[in-house]
Amino acid sequence: MMPLAQLIEAALFAANRPITLEELQTLEPDSALADVRTALDELREHYDFDGHAVEVVELAGGYQILTRRAFAEAIERAQIAVRTPRLTAAGMETLAVIAYRQPVGRAEIEEIRGVSAGGVLRSLQERGMIEVVGRSEGMGRPLLYGTTPLLLELLGLRDLGELPRTEEFTVALHSHKPETADSGDAAASVPAES
Amino acid sequence: MTSPLAPTSALGAEPAFVVRLDAFSGPLDLLLHLLREEQIDIADIPIARIADQFLAAIHELGLNQAADYLEMAGRLLRLKAQMLLPRRDGEEGWEDPRHELVRRLLEYQLVREVAGWLERATERRADQFPRGYLPPLPELPPPPMTLDLLQLLNAVEKVIAEIPSPVLHRVVPRPLDTEGATLRLEAMLAEREEFTWLEALGPRPSIVDVLSTLLALLELAKRGLLRLVQSEAFASFIIRRETVPPVDSAPAALSTTDPVVLEPADDAARTAD
Repeated sequence: MMPLAQLIEAALFAANRPITLEELQTLEPDSALADVRTALDELREHYDFDGHAVEVVELAGGYQILTRRAFAEAIERAQIAVRTPRLTAAGMETLAVIAYRQPVGRAEIEEIRGVSAGGVLRSLQERGMIEVVGRSEGMGRPLLYGTTPLLLELLGLRDLGELPRTEEFTVALHSHKPETADSGDAAASVPAES
Repeated sequence: MTSPLAPTSALGAEPAFVVRLDAFSGPLDLLLHLLREEQIDIADIPIARIADQFLAAIHELGLNQAADYLEMAGRLLRLKAQMLLPRRDGEEGWEDPRHELVRRLLEYQLVREVAGWLERATERRADQFPRGYLPPLPELPPPPMTLDLLQLLNAVEKVIAEIPSPVLHRVVPRPLDTEGATLRLEAMLAEREEFTWLEALGPRPSIVDVLSTLLALLELAKRGLLRLVQSEAFASFIIRRETVPPVDSAPAALSTTDPVVLEPADDAARTAD
C-alpha cells in the first residue's frame, strides 16, 4: 500500500466514529481530496481482496472500519461486543416521521401517530438520534426536530438521500399517498458533522 | 414494528377476547389491526362495527395509555353518529365523514412501512461492529512520597497547628442563695409593714439574687408570713406583712390562701413568732 493509504488505515483504526474525507485530508497536508479517495479505494481493495475480516464502510458522511457481517453472530455470542439495542416500535415510528418530515414539530408527529410523543422524543434526543433544529413560527413557537449524523451512523446510511422515497413503499391498504418532504431537501438541511 | 401484529386473538367474534395493548403502538395501530383482522376495505369502513370493536378492545386497556385511545374512540363514535344521519343518494356536496380517518390511516400505514425499513437498516448495520469503545483511562494515583522523619514531623506539626482550638462552654453552677434571701426578707418584714419588690431585691441585684429573692418570697408567702399584692398586670408587686390569716381574698393576690388552710399548725407556729 502507498503511504497515504497506510496513514488513512491507521487513522480509521484509531477513530471511534466515521471520519470525513476532509478530516482524512488533514493527515497529509500536501494531499488533494482526489489522492485521499484513491488511497481509500486502495485500502478498501486491500481489505476486500486480501481476505481481511474488516472493511471500510462509508457511513454518515464519513468512513469507518467495521467488522464484516459474517462474524457478527460469533462475536456477539462470545459477548465480545454488544449489538446496538433495538428501538421500540414507538421510537421507530417517531424516527420515521422525523426523518421524512424534518424539521417537524411535536404536534405534527402526534397527529400522524395518534399518540402523545413527549417521552419518545426525549428518549430519542437523549440517545442523540434527533436534535432540536429550530422553532416553528407558529403559535407558541414549538420546537422543531431533525435527525442527527449519529442516526445515519446507526442506520448505516451515507446521507438522508439514501432513505427510500415514499413512493417505493407499498401501502397495503392502498390509495393516494400522503405527501412527504423531499428527501434531497431534508438531507441538505442536516449538518454534515456532529 | 417489532410486533406489528397483536396476539392472535379473534377480535369481535368472541366476546371474551384478550388484547394485549402493549402490542400496539397507538390507537391507529389498533385500528389497523382490527381492519386487517376483518379484512375490511379501507375505502368502505363499517364504522359502527369497527367503533364497537375498538371500544371493546380498549376496555382491556391499562389506564396509562387511555387518553390517546379514548380520543380515537370519541372520534369513531362521532363518525358513527354522522354515518347514521340520513342522506339522499347522489346528494351533491356530501363529503364522506370517513375521509379524514382514511387519510390518517393511510398516512400512518406509510409511517409503519418506513419504520420497518429503518428497523431493518439498523439491524443490518448492527451486524457490523466498529472498534470497541475504550473508556478514558482513569487518573493515575500520585506516586508515593519520599520524605525523611524531620519533614514528616514538621508536616504533622503544621497539621496540628491548623486544628482550631475547640470552643468549650463550661456550665458553672451558681447555687441560689434562697436561705440568705429568706433571712434578709424576714429581717425586712420585721422592720416594715410593706415594701416593694424592687426594695426587696436591693441595689444592683444579680440574676442569682433575683431568683433567690423570688423563691424566698414565694416560700414565705406559702408559709403565710407575707402577702404579694399586684395592683395591675405587669405592675411591680408589693410585699406586705401578714400577721393574721387573710380574710379577704384580693383578686390580685399572688399567694393563695390554701397553704394557710391546709397547714394551720405551721401557719400558727409562724405567726406566733
